Amino acid sequence: MQTIDMATTDLRSLNAMLQGQPQDTNETAWEVLNPRGAHALAVGLDAPIAVTVRGSTGYYCAGMNKQASVTVTGSAGPGVAENMMSGTVVIDGDASQYAGATGHGGLLVVKGNASSRCGISMKGIDIVVHGNVGHMSAFMAQKGNLVVLGDAGDALGDSLYEARLFVRGSVKSLGADCVEKEMRPEHLTLLAELLDRAGADARPEEFRRYGSARQLYHFKVDNASAY
Amino acid sequence: MTDQPPRTQPRLSATFTNDVNSEIRRAAATGIYDIRGGGAKRRVPHFDDLLFLGASISRYPLEGYRERCDTAVTLGTRFAKKPIRLDIPITIAGMSFGALSGQAKEALGRGATMAGTSTTTGDGGMTEEERGHSKLLVYQYLPSRYGMNPDDLRRADAIEIVVGQGAKPGGGGMLLGQKITERVAGMRDLPVGIDQRSACRHPDWTGPDDLEIKILELREITGWEKPIYVKVGGARPYYDTALSVKAGADVIVLDGMQGGTAATQDVFIENVGLPTLACIRPAVQALQDLGMHRKVQLVVSGGIRSGADVAKALALGADAVSIGTAALVALGDNDPRWEAEYNALGSTAGAYDDWHEGRDPAGITTQDPALASRLDPVEAARRLRNYLAVMTLECQTIARACGKSHVHNLEPEDLCALTIEAAAMAGVPLAGTDWIPGRGGY
Amino acid sequence: MCGIVGLFLKTETLRPRLGGLLTDMLITMTDRGPDSAGIAVYGAPQDHKLTVQSDTPDTVFPALEHWLQEQDATITLRRLDTHAVVSLPAERAGAIRAALAGDFPGLRVMGSGKAMEIFKEVGLPRDVADRFGLREMAGSHGIGHTRMATESAVTTDGAHPFSTGPDQCLVHNGSLSNHNGLRRTLAREGITVSSQNDSEVAAAYLTWKMREGANLGQALEAGLSDLDGFYTFVVGTETGFGVLRDPVACKPAVLAETEDYVAFGSEYRALVDLPGIDTARVWEPEPATVYFWER
Repeated sequence: MQTIDMATTDLRSLNAMLQGQPQDTNETAWEVLNPRGAHALAVGLDAPIAVTVRGSTGYYCAGMNKQASVTVTGSAGPGVAENMMSGTVVIDGDASQYAGATGHGGLLVVKGNASSRCGISMKGIDIVVHGNVGHMSAFMAQKGNLVVLGDAGDALGDSLYEARLFVRGSVKSLGADCVEKEMRPEHLTLLAELLDRAGADARPEEFRRYGSARQLYHFKVDNASAY
Repeated sequence: MTDQPPRTQPRLSATFTNDVNSEIRRAAATGIYDIRGGGAKRRVPHFDDLLFLGASISRYPLEGYRERCDTAVTLGTRFAKKPIRLDIPITIAGMSFGALSGQAKEALGRGATMAGTSTTTGDGGMTEEERGHSKLLVYQYLPSRYGMNPDDLRRADAIEIVVGQGAKPGGGGMLLGQKITERVAGMRDLPVGIDQRSACRHPDWTGPDDLEIKILELREITGWEKPIYVKVGGARPYYDTALSVKAGADVIVLDGMQGGTAATQDVFIENVGLPTLACIRPAVQALQDLGMHRKVQLVVSGGIRSGADVAKALALGADAVSIGTAALVALGDNDPRWEAEYNALGSTAGAYDDWHEGRDPAGITTQDPALASRLDPVEAARRLRNYLAVMTLECQTIARACGKSHVHNLEPEDLCALTIEAAAMAGVPLAGTDWIPGRGGY
Repeated sequence: MCGIVGLFLKTETLRPRLGGLLTDMLITMTDRGPDSAGIAVYGAPQDHKLTVQSDTPDTVFPALEHWLQEQDATITLRRLDTHAVVSLPAERAGAIRAALAGDFPGLRVMGSGKAMEIFKEVGLPRDVADRFGLREMAGSHGIGHTRMATESAVTTDGAHPFSTGPDQCLVHNGSLSNHNGLRRTLAREGITVSSQNDSEVAAAYLTWKMREGANLGQALEAGLSDLDGFYTFVVGTETGFGVLRDPVACKPAVLAETEDYVAFGSEYRALVDLPGIDTARVWEPEPATVYFWER
């Protein structure tokens, strides 16, 4: 286990060290101490390493992650795992707004609550939030799966494309073009697998599925107010 | 025989012109605003309204073709470990694969490389065609983040965070489904053939204080090597320039209202934004107020057509210009050789702007394989290279005439204005006077 | 566009440390606002306090002190760098302020009230805090701001917090889009906004609403329909502390609450050194929701 203390190491050195790990590195376990809400921690990683950040992080922790597993033992600031490509990011506490924004792949797990715009413009990432998500979550979400064990805020899935949304609790309101959809066997299978990977103690049957009504896919004058 | 009383001739309204009435009928029939490509078509004060004051006795000109007049410009000298050096102060503006065909993107890359300058990706990600054929490629970081990934970020020579564009500052938009082919849809993670709605703000930051953190993240991902540009649409150029500097930009790209777009509402293109001419001086003033002029480079775009336009933009304080529409025309856009086909589409060469429909007879703004194959990328690249060479020669001709051994030594004081409007907007005196409207001197 | 910090103490224990805690929070927000910084501190209540500022304090403040003494020997002046806090009887405050405007035209009144003192200057937060000795200040609550100026000048006048009523202050992160029209409306209501800053219009708006009888919570509620654009506001009154985010809620905001305090930071970073933060309830305020604590 390699330990990096942010009280004595600057951000550039930390990221350069983590980004510099080759595919076959022997140093697969890393620990980052004293993050104290710093921004852009462990961004742009591209090797199968495990990084544990002990504390809370600022904006864009694990941004554009590939392959790596990043765990934050505290809470994460805005844009955690933004544009993630692959790998896993786990937040033990809460995540601020834009969690998993534009993510293309990989798995983001938030053990606490996620704030507004969770999964905004997501493009293939899987996001599992053990708690609640805030307003405008999955806005313009294109691909991937958002699973919420708690409640969802206002305007869930506004202007949704093909991302799938699963919510166990209540939904304060659905956004434009987002509708509840039938939970078919393949969705239950998918959800079971996601819950399992995210270490979430919930049964797929407890969830409702939401998706795009696809009414905004081709402009119709009667929908003009929804654009 | 009866005497008819004399009748007045039918008189068309200056308010309700035939253009206006045709748009009212179109809107009434369809219920959707008019979407088109290109930039503002209305007349606005422009570089044509400025003239250079050549040298004579009080100033000495340089000998054309013999005495040197440098054109190179380096972008990204503030923070980036690897700034970009361009041989000419003219770059190719961001245009997406999707809006343009693969052949057109390849031609832009080849032509720019031959001319010693950079080209730029657009909304939709980086293609192999353009990366492979562009020696210097600027990768746009847009609100949609279509195709955004860290590998392409690191393959780029510079990163351009797009906040807005001159055709639609503050706007997102909608690209109709005709151009969302399988390849385009795949690159953008969208279903094939749907209308693509695009956001007007970035998904994970808003405002300059957040932008500063976003720039930090991008620098950390790319090892502080790449110049970070911030592109804004011309609307509040003083503040936007100052805030981009404060947020940590290396380069500011300022796109005036004549700047083109692949597709947006006509009402937006024609009614929102500031003419390019009016954008430059406030932006330069902001850089000067912060002690950053020439340290943070300013790239101006929107309606640049000739070496004279380049020289005028530089004289007003820009470090370089970029061209979009002009580059497409050089490739063959709106060429009269396709007049019959333009007519069939209800348009005419020079007026065709339905780029979003994907039926471009010139094969440039299309994803239709048959149409796209009309453009030979090698031959089109040569035309672009020639055009860039002419613009550069023209710019040097003017600079030498003003006694400058580098085009960057052109100054606002080398200019006069033909109209009061242009004098006020460009901050140069009305020709033959020392009057700059709004700044005294009369 | 800025960084905001705020601390509202629910118990007596931390009061001597208020200035020190706020200073560290403020300095952490330097990246969000390097242009200017300011702070409003609610200290021990007095009959009436007036915080004034001068660009030429070395000549103006001695003259001012002399002039005040002539008006009333009980009036005292405490100078802190470019600012001075004048303590005076409440019943004389109106007349003295009116006379000040005539005799000391360059003097700026930053704020007034029973408890609030307000300090702000151009410069980095660390330097601004040092100049005023912020670290040593005690009090019941305080609000600080680091500014990255958007559309108005980088001046003392443009710095936050803004105070447009007794013991009232407001700081803002964001950018209002209808402040010019609102400024004209307020002028018709007899409320002057002295700077070109959009945030001062928001402060004046709340003052107007409270003048019309609203409490702070009601004034903030009304602001949701009348103030357009992007904002996270933190506001203070003599006994209260409020937070409001616009319905879009893009600008960041983190709240923390313990038995001892309520703390606000634009980023979590600002809160990391507060005592007991590890066990505090930490959350992000909901959009278009008024948060309001009153002693």
